[in-house]
Amino acid sequence: MMKITKEHEERHVLTVIVDNEAGILAKIAGLFTARGYNIDSLTVADITENHSVSRITIVTHGPPTQIDQIHAQLERLVPVHKVIDLTENGPHVERELALVKVTGTGDARVEALRLADIFRARPVDTTTSSFIFELTGAPDKIDTFIGLMRELGLVEVGRTGVVGMARGTQGV
Amino acid sequence: MTQERSGADILVNSLERLGVEVVFGYPGGAVLPIYDALFEHDTIKHVLVRHEAGAAHAAEGYARSTGKPGVVLVTSGPGATNAVTGIADAFMDSIPMVVITGQVPTPIIGTDAFQEADTVGITRHCCKHNYLVKDPADLAAVIDEAFQIATTGRPGPVVIDIPKNVQIATAPWHDGPPQRRNRYNPRTHGSAEEIARAIELLANAKQPVFYTGGGVINAGPQASELLRQLQALTGAPLTSTLMGLGAFPADHADWLGMLGMHGTYEANMAMNKADLILCVGARFDDRVTGRLDAFAPHSTKIHIDIDRSSINKTVAVDLPIVGDCGEVLAQLIEAWGTRKPQDLTEWKARIDGWRARKSLAYPRTLEAIAPQLAVERLFALTREYDPIITTEVGQHQMWAAQHFGFFGPNRWLTSGSLGTMGYGLPAAIGAQMGHPGKLVIDIAGDASIQMNIQEMGTATQYRLPVKVFTLNNEFMGMVRQWQELTYESRYSNSYSDSLPDFVMLAEAYGWKGIRIENESQLDAGIRAMIEHPGPVFVDCLVAKEDNCFPMIPSGAAHTEMLLYGDTVEGTMDDEAKALV
Repeated sequence: MMKITKEHEERHVLTVIVDNEAGILAKIAGLFTARGYNIDSLTVADITENHSVSRITIVTHGPPTQIDQIHAQLERLVPVHKVIDLTENGPHVERELALVKVTGTGDARVEALRLADIFRARPVDTTTSSFIFELTGAPDKIDTFIGLMRELGLVEVGRTGVVGMARGTQGV
Repeated sequence: MTQERSGADILVNSLERLGVEVVFGYPGGAVLPIYDALFEHDTIKHVLVRHEAGAAHAAEGYARSTGKPGVVLVTSGPGATNAVTGIADAFMDSIPMVVITGQVPTPIIGTDAFQEADTVGITRHCCKHNYLVKDPADLAAVIDEAFQIATTGRPGPVVIDIPKNVQIATAPWHDGPPQRRNRYNPRTHGSAEEIARAIELLANAKQPVFYTGGGVINAGPQASELLRQLQALTGAPLTSTLMGLGAFPADHADWLGMLGMHGTYEANMAMNKADLILCVGARFDDRVTGRLDAFAPHSTKIHIDIDRSSINKTVAVDLPIVGDCGEVLAQLIEAWGTRKPQDLTEWKARIDGWRARKSLAYPRTLEAIAPQLAVERLFALTREYDPIITTEVGQHQMWAAQHFGFFGPNRWLTSGSLGTMGYGLPAAIGAQMGHPGKLVIDIAGDASIQMNIQEMGTATQYRLPVKVFTLNNEFMGMVRQWQELTYESRYSNSYSDSLPDFVMLAEAYGWKGIRIENESQLDAGIRAMIEHPGPVFVDCLVAKEDNCFPMIPSGAAHTEMLLYGDTVEGTMDDEAKALV
């Protein structure tokens, strides 16, 4: 009998600087599906004044040899200028933004607001029985906050996915 | 001088400016403006194929045999989708090609219009780069960049999708070359440290092997010359992948033959026992390595490749050098200087011991022609013509690789990675277009040849004297062989039933047809094929159930080769069956 076995996997955050041209996102997302790589999150937005260059942040996981292949395969695409493996390169900042809708009244509502304060989540919409909190932070912090809200009437979550940047003076 | 021209004219003028001589194509609604523009131009020859798959493979054959990019022109929808196999084939085998596809007009893209297909989406992951051009003002620059991308770095196919209204609308045409964005600049040289380290490893190796591949062919004829020089300096024995045949002469004393699944015993044993492997433009494909954890276990590995993603993909190497094979070989030769190699006498004596197994020997019977013998005789009788050989895919392809000798690059055109049946005949047509006076032979199988047999009409139309030499065993031989070895000879759908009479078919297309039924007719049949000035189809009836050996079964190591005469069990475990 044959069984499918799995290798040790690592989580990596990649920053990809690309020409802002039609189809580039499909090309990158498609590369991951075509070669069986994982995408945990993917964010993209143009970052130059003339809208010619976009910055893509991809969170992926896989065996170390596969992460190296992902890096090389991305670099091979013509519209890709640069690929930076933030995880490999050392200290870096990761942030994402979440919108979290919580409903409730009485004690639960007060507790939600109190916890939001601890997490520096801002209410951006309020009714007498609900809040939408806006929260930024590393993915862990957002996970924790959402976990707490689950007990207090969580109804909806929206997350942007991670953007990341290396610490220090150096730019990409 | 600047003047307004239609998109179609800009395209044709750009192709002219880039030195394109031949376009392989098939017209249709969405490319009518381009065909009309071509009608006026006599510098570009258009070859009308019979099916768009034929156009793509013909362009590949042209590109592989000449080193120039192949150009394909097809219509939208089915025209483009029919060309996809050839595009994928060129991508996997790193063949420079530019494919121009018509598209429905921009205002109706996305409306499921007649003959609309998302060509850019469909080809995205089987081409090196692709474009949808929405403004004729962008065309000249796009075409210029497409040729640059197709032909530099690791070569590959580039697709340019041009909507019909963009072909008709006008834009300014400038006589000078367009401004390049220069965003594609692959690294071509090794660093000084890498070269120095490689030389140190080469100079100290006691059991070195050069393992070379299609990258040497793609780096141009001078790379093959440099490979021979470096081999002469180091004295290392040399093996090649299927794609690299011809870079090193097959009659050289240090030639080990092809390696891998159907490679020679000496090549695979030398790889297994080597202390240093210099990989030049090859990529440790699964057909080469066999079982990965047993692949070349005692060796230090140097890998020269222009594509960084080929390095450490399946086999971890000790010294990667990203660069063009030709340029890095030149760097290595220069750095080697007047050094003396290690004494390799003992190593070569061991190799001679492996050679003595005569792994390419095959059984002969009186009843039927051995397919290996047919290839050997074809080689012997055509050698003086320095022929270009194309193949289809299967047993005949491996027998051709094993028993036909190659002495120079660009003479061996075969679908290596994608393994496309139906490749050989259109590729031969493309090669013949690039080499009008040359002997071009498609070594075919009875099943493969039927996949693009309609291209016989193309050869007739353009008076191309291509030869098709079919090893007819009435089976999809390689499928049958695997079924014999791994599925207890349950020949599920691998018998070539209802074969046409190939001689009559040839005559129907205006070709000469020759049937060879026994050994006594073999040489005469081959000679008659060579001597006939037009296209010839040879239907060579061979032993029906011959297996292609030597063979490393799926999931086995280089040291576990099957040779002729070995007893073969009728089944395999599930792990081995699950491998491709």
